[in-house]
Amino acid sequence: MVENGIGASLKRKEDNRFLTGKGNYTDDINRPGQTYAYIVRSPHAHATINSVDISAAKSAPGVVAVFVGQDLLDDAVGGLVCGASVTGKGGEVNKVPPRNVLTMDKARFVGDPIAVVIAETLAQAKDGAELVAIDYTELPSTVSTANSDADGAPQLHEECPNNVALDWELGDKAAVDAAFASAAKTAEVELVNNRMVTNAMEPRAAVGEYNSGTDDLTLYVTSQNPHVHRLVMSAFMNIAPEHKFRVVAPDVGGGFGSKIFTYNEEAICAWAAKRINRPVKWTSDRSEGFMSDAHGRDHVTKAEMAMDADGKFTGMRVTSKGNMGAYLQLFSVSIPTLFHGFLLAGQYTTPAIYLEMRCVMTNTAPVDAARGAGRPEATYLLERLVDVAAGEMGLDPAEIRRRNFIKADQMPYQTPVVQCYDSGDYHASLDMALKNADYDGFGARQAEAKGRGKLRGIGLSSYIEACGVAPSAAVGSLGVGVGLWESAQVRFNPTGGVTVFTGTHSHGQGHETAFAQLVTERLGVPVENVEVVHGDTDKGQFGMGTYGSRSLPVGGVAIANACDKIIAKGKKIAAHCLEAAEDDIEFGEGNFTVAGTDKVMNIAEVAFTAYVPHNYPEGVEPGLDEIAFFDPLNFSFPAGAHVCEVEVDPDTGTLEIVKYTAVDDFGTLVNPMIVAGQVHGGLAHGIGQALLENCVYDEDTGQLVSGSFQDYCMPRADNLPSFDVDYCPTVPIHNPLGVKGCGEAGAIAAPPAVINAIVNALGIKHLDMPATPEVVWRAAQAAS
Amino acid sequence: MATVSMTVNGQAVSGEVEGRTLLVQFLRENLNLTGTHVGCDTSQCGACVVHVNGDSMKSCTMLALQADGAEVTTIEGLAQGGEMHPMQQAFQDNHGLQCGFCTPGMVMSAIDLVAKNPNPDEATIREQLEGNICRCTGYHNIVKAVQQAAKATGG
Repeated sequence: MVENGIGASLKRKEDNRFLTGKGNYTDDINRPGQTYAYIVRSPHAHATINSVDISAAKSAPGVVAVFVGQDLLDDAVGGLVCGASVTGKGGEVNKVPPRNVLTMDKARFVGDPIAVVIAETLAQAKDGAELVAIDYTELPSTVSTANSDADGAPQLHEECPNNVALDWELGDKAAVDAAFASAAKTAEVELVNNRMVTNAMEPRAAVGEYNSGTDDLTLYVTSQNPHVHRLVMSAFMNIAPEHKFRVVAPDVGGGFGSKIFTYNEEAICAWAAKRINRPVKWTSDRSEGFMSDAHGRDHVTKAEMAMDADGKFTGMRVTSKGNMGAYLQLFSVSIPTLFHGFLLAGQYTTPAIYLEMRCVMTNTAPVDAARGAGRPEATYLLERLVDVAAGEMGLDPAEIRRRNFIKADQMPYQTPVVQCYDSGDYHASLDMALKNADYDGFGARQAEAKGRGKLRGIGLSSYIEACGVAPSAAVGSLGVGVGLWESAQVRFNPTGGVTVFTGTHSHGQGHETAFAQLVTERLGVPVENVEVVHGDTDKGQFGMGTYGSRSLPVGGVAIANACDKIIAKGKKIAAHCLEAAEDDIEFGEGNFTVAGTDKVMNIAEVAFTAYVPHNYPEGVEPGLDEIAFFDPLNFSFPAGAHVCEVEVDPDTGTLEIVKYTAVDDFGTLVNPMIVAGQVHGGLAHGIGQALLENCVYDEDTGQLVSGSFQDYCMPRADNLPSFDVDYCPTVPIHNPLGVKGCGEAGAIAAPPAVINAIVNALGIKHLDMPATPEVVWRAAQAAS
Repeated sequence: MATVSMTVNGQAVSGEVEGRTLLVQFLRENLNLTGTHVGCDTSQCGACVVHVNGDSMKSCTMLALQADGAEVTTIEGLAQGGEMHPMQQAFQDNHGLQCGFCTPGMVMSAIDLVAKNPNPDEATIREQLEGNICRCTGYHNIVKAVQQAAKATGG
């Protein structure tokens, strides 16, 4: 048994610097001679730009330079890219309207960047920006997810007639129609998946720096994937060749998807640093972030279920629209299609599923991946629909789930919507969750609450997600423009310390600790002797970064494989030194041993020998430094059952989550303390969506109404309960470490659990998120 | 520009600031004390909380000149002799932080909370931390950390 290996709730290595104010976030970085950039943005949702007069701004005190879109084009800087090519109805691939870094012809959402003012101080840049004179002709705007494809709606892009970027379908329509034609009962729900602003607590930021002596460009940036940032800016935007371009994502204060993408301001800092030959820094205000960060969710959906007389699901039909915003961001259309549609089977044996998804352009900020990315939308509609179906059948919500679950002995299970689940025991996780939540005792608690004038409700959510993104060939065939393998380099230093370079990025997930535990488990090196390095393209090998709960299921396996290469080479060295045959060498807990003897050589001694190879096997290279790339064979499929119990005050519409019970199957847990923290955070995200958070654009003006923390309600400590977290693991056959990923589960599972509980409390069929006191009060009044 | 002087983490400091310079800007930019963070522009998030004359204060809500002559403590001033403050230690012990961005403000608020209410129950802790937003932890472990620190400091 290795100390501090897999399964230990080791305190985090990264905590000391964060707790003592020694973190190094992008806005903490200042370079000699640095200038400050401020972005001039459109105040209009939709407008023709007639002229941009920068003359007054250029001569303002302290202003170094003012640039508009043409300046970037003059330097052959390309526009921002969409990495998705998803094939829709009729074999038609999604349209990709062009997007300049600084828009020139039209502004298409409130916050669309038009010019940048660079000055000696931020205050001077802001003052200069006031002097940029832009002549607009305002145009009618459209922000509605449901109606932007209607005849007569204002048009955003010539490339997207009727504002449709993609019409996509999935599944067997005829089979689903047949299921509905012969159904004993059907259920139907229409719902909105509310738009969210991701709101990592650290605003986005970038510092560009150019060295004219070496022609090297460096960009410090709030990124979840610095190599991908560099790739996009190099290959598609022509900012600098990859080998002359260093991208550093230092400490990053949360990502949740919003820091995957390459943004306008980041490209500007990189390009302008070379153009003016001085460092350029930009840090987002929170209000700017609300306007310009990629948003999440925003679907309007009709979902229907066909059932036989026993409540077995025989077919499901979903008709939905997803809001893409004004431009297609990096993943964009792949989220409401691939990452949403492929999850629609959930935990159930529904034999026929058909989805129609229309991706529409609107005069709003771009919408892209946000914690869960498509999977929360799928889970929400499915788990709401299942509860409506239970009502139609007169069955308990737990019972209708049990009647339709895929059974553990049916694994691996091929769903009708592409995914093939490799493991899971949905009956077991539901049983455990119901027990932990004292589901059987709910009736008594409900009656007791009623005596106090309160309405108590309980709601279930049996969710599944596809994580560990992703097998490269599979996603490539579906239109994703990159491979989604991961890399690791494990380097023994001559004195026995180990440096691990991972291509993933940690922005709160604790990789410096959990990945060190993996290495400790594998190599038997004390955990304090293992250092995990990430976030700098000049330090580590190419990697794809962190999103889609992929870091451990994909990146962790790469680390383990690199460790195995270290062991394989170490056996050759140890065999030589111990004068034994290589096949007789066994490795365990840090020691190479000649089988059946007490002849032993510690791995640190082997490492030293590899770097000081005086007595060394013939034909073996010196050094102990191995690299591995791992491309997963399948997605991983974390799943579980969550139970939410609420108490509603019908007179005020306020509610309290009195108990939240999570039972998750993440496979093997490397650091249970970190895993529980990921669950807690995901739940807060999901509960926030269900109860509080809503990004609103005014239907008439296209103005962002919820543009600050004063208007957009983030979950606070007093909005949430403490959580009851437990696990019901199964073994994934496709993952060599037996891990599944845990970062998104809470955000996926919680929204339907919460809404199902409220709906149960009120005795109604449905209510839309966010279930604010006003929404709940109105529903309670209507129901009474 | 005007001269402002104050004591920060026990050191007498002074600097030239504009009238509009916020205390948080003075700390971060003049003194290079970048542990205090800026997470919003509406005094909602609490990432910038420091102690001014012993009270927790959102340093984005105060002009640097208003702190003239004040005793200011930031996250950098908590650990003594290489030992973390019991609140910092409690945050580590309970995994009360993930990305670390809200953490300095959260710790500073929590210390003030316990100083003024040495034996807080969970509801009190949650209510008192309403001015500090965390996107990572769901607050579960932050609440546990504050409870541990309150016990450790004799609450």
